[in-house]
Amino acid sequence: MGTADLWFLSRGSGLVLLALCSAVVVLGVATRTGAAPRRWPRFAVAELHRTLALFAVALLALHVMTAILDPFVTIGWAATVLPFASPYRTVAISLGTLAVDLGGAVLVTSLVRRRLGQRAWRAVHWLAYLAWPAALVHGLTAGNDLGIWWVALVEIGSAVAVTTAVLARLTGRSRPAAHLS
Amino acid sequence: MNTAECRPGLVPGEAGQSAGGLPRLLAERRGGGPATLAGHLARHGGLPTAAWERRRREQFIAEVGRAGLTGRGGAAFPTARKLAAVAAGPGRPVVIANGTEGEPASAKDKVLLAREPHLVLDGAVLAAGLTGARQALVVAHGAVREIVDEAVAERRRARCDPVQVQVLTGAGRFVAGEATALVNWVEHGIPVPTRVPPRISEHGLGGRPTLVQNVETLAHLALIARHGAAWFRSAGTPEEPGSMLVTVLGAVQRPGVYETGIGVPVSSVLARAGGPAAPLTALLIGGYSGSWVDQAAMALPFSAAGLHRAGASPGAGLIAALPAGACGLAETARIARYLATESAGQCGPCLFGLDSIAAELGALAAGHPFDPGRLRRWLGQVDGRGACHHPDGAVRMIRSALRVFAAETARHARGWCCGTRPAGVLPVPSRAGP
Amino acid sequence: MTSRIRLRVDPIACAGRGLCAEILPGLITLDDWGFPVIRDADVPPGWQAEAGEAVRVCPVLALRLDRVDRPARR
Repeated sequence: MGTADLWFLSRGSGLVLLALCSAVVVLGVATRTGAAPRRWPRFAVAELHRTLALFAVALLALHVMTAILDPFVTIGWAATVLPFASPYRTVAISLGTLAVDLGGAVLVTSLVRRRLGQRAWRAVHWLAYLAWPAALVHGLTAGNDLGIWWVALVEIGSAVAVTTAVLARLTGRSRPAAHLS
Repeated sequence: MNTAECRPGLVPGEAGQSAGGLPRLLAERRGGGPATLAGHLARHGGLPTAAWERRRREQFIAEVGRAGLTGRGGAAFPTARKLAAVAAGPGRPVVIANGTEGEPASAKDKVLLAREPHLVLDGAVLAAGLTGARQALVVAHGAVREIVDEAVAERRRARCDPVQVQVLTGAGRFVAGEATALVNWVEHGIPVPTRVPPRISEHGLGGRPTLVQNVETLAHLALIARHGAAWFRSAGTPEEPGSMLVTVLGAVQRPGVYETGIGVPVSSVLARAGGPAAPLTALLIGGYSGSWVDQAAMALPFSAAGLHRAGASPGAGLIAALPAGACGLAETARIARYLATESAGQCGPCLFGLDSIAAELGALAAGHPFDPGRLRRWLGQVDGRGACHHPDGAVRMIRSALRVFAAETARHARGWCCGTRPAGVLPVPSRAGP
Repeated sequence: MTSRIRLRVDPIACAGRGLCAEILPGLITLDDWGFPVIRDADVPPGWQAEAGEAVRVCPVLALRLDRVDRPARR
């Protein structure tokens, strides 16, 4: 595999990953608020959120591996989980690392949710709201591709989708029982 | 001020002073105010010290079982079984005396604590001894907190009790007297019920087996320890022995708290309160979670067995008399609204259901259009769907109202009402009050 | 030993999200406020997989399945 291929793969997977993670966050908000297209059963929204999240984990592995294996820039394996470990664009990569760390916590706690208990699971799950902006800014600063119109479109589209969903959640209480949980 | 000395008293079973007659708990005394420790000991003698001998515990509990004492907080659970369960629980037990009396119309616990705090404290300390607890907590209604504090201080000065007794004030909410809510209040300051399992008799306050007993039950316990099971059974019926305190209110000459043997006719309990002050149309028996009965029920025995035919039960010992001229539906609607606002708010069917039901009853009471089918559906959807029995009690009370006031309901549907006085025979506190 | 699987909802944890009623429409209906009414706690044999699914999917972990053993008949 040529170095250019790794380069494209790491950037490409990163972009898809951002779109995917944004979809996961939007679906997560929809699960919480019960807002969904009329014909969609609520459990379908919840399951799609979960399925896409797991898919994102797989894609994340690809993104991280190709980025680190790419000899064009030196990032280093430590940067997978340790912030400030990458000599290349330290801050930008660290934001990605942060997203991985936080996302990892969300993943692990979700896998053992029953054993952990609702309260602890929920407390950690809130970190997703920190992980996503970290991933977004990482995407904006770790790459050079914002000049390409469709890259910028995906980035902006993802940001708009998540912001809209979160604002809708904050302003609307669509269900009477929302305060019970 | 004379300090009393706690002397060892009678062995259970040895007939002492008082015969089986009443009153037992609310003794006639000169002067008002609470019984002092000296006065209490003079009348009843000290608690038998044998109660604290471990090997005598099972004997004592068996005696309580023979006496047939059941809880006087409303659920009428056999006390001996509760004592045995807590005594057998894992860990060192703790005793909580429940004097919160969250029921706004009921006054018996306040009156008992205000007049005979030492009987209750005797019972709490005795219960601690019987279960192996080293700690007894008395959660008292705010109105009588000071009296209980003073009584505990008296006992401390006289070194009466081998266990530590502490007093707390109750939360003053309707559901705060529920056993798990009481534990939650003591432990976390949050007076709402918690999920069961685990049962508090195994895992309650601080994870320890916890005995929650109404203060009246403990007072009876203190007397059984002195006079024995046969004495206790000399009042009441064979199936429901003993006496109980009843709050009589509403359209009676002398509303108040009276002690009666279980099983006497309802009319004679009302007679103790001076009889009806006006012709009565209905009675609310048991409390705001109890049942309405029509005036024909006055001939029935005031016992679980006797009132069963009328769909009622003595509950927490309360009879409210509704005079002709008062609208039973209006009173019910007020109580239903109160019960709805007193929901702990943890369970959807209770929180939303009781609110909807109260609104529907309000419409019925005001003669506005109301949907009886929908009301019945809601009652069915709320019953048994909460973590505690608050919604069940509300549903029971409302269903009995629809039964007893069926004729009134038909009149209201046509825009008529028999009531000539504004609603308010039954007290419903506003949110701000204790 | 015949064992039954019983489905229970914790009314305090339940927030009326309604996912369970979608997965087990035969066993669970929603009351007028969106909260689950479990008609019969015993889960019929063919529905055990779905019952497990409902328990897993509940966003507030309010459902549980208990195995209750009935003593064997002689």
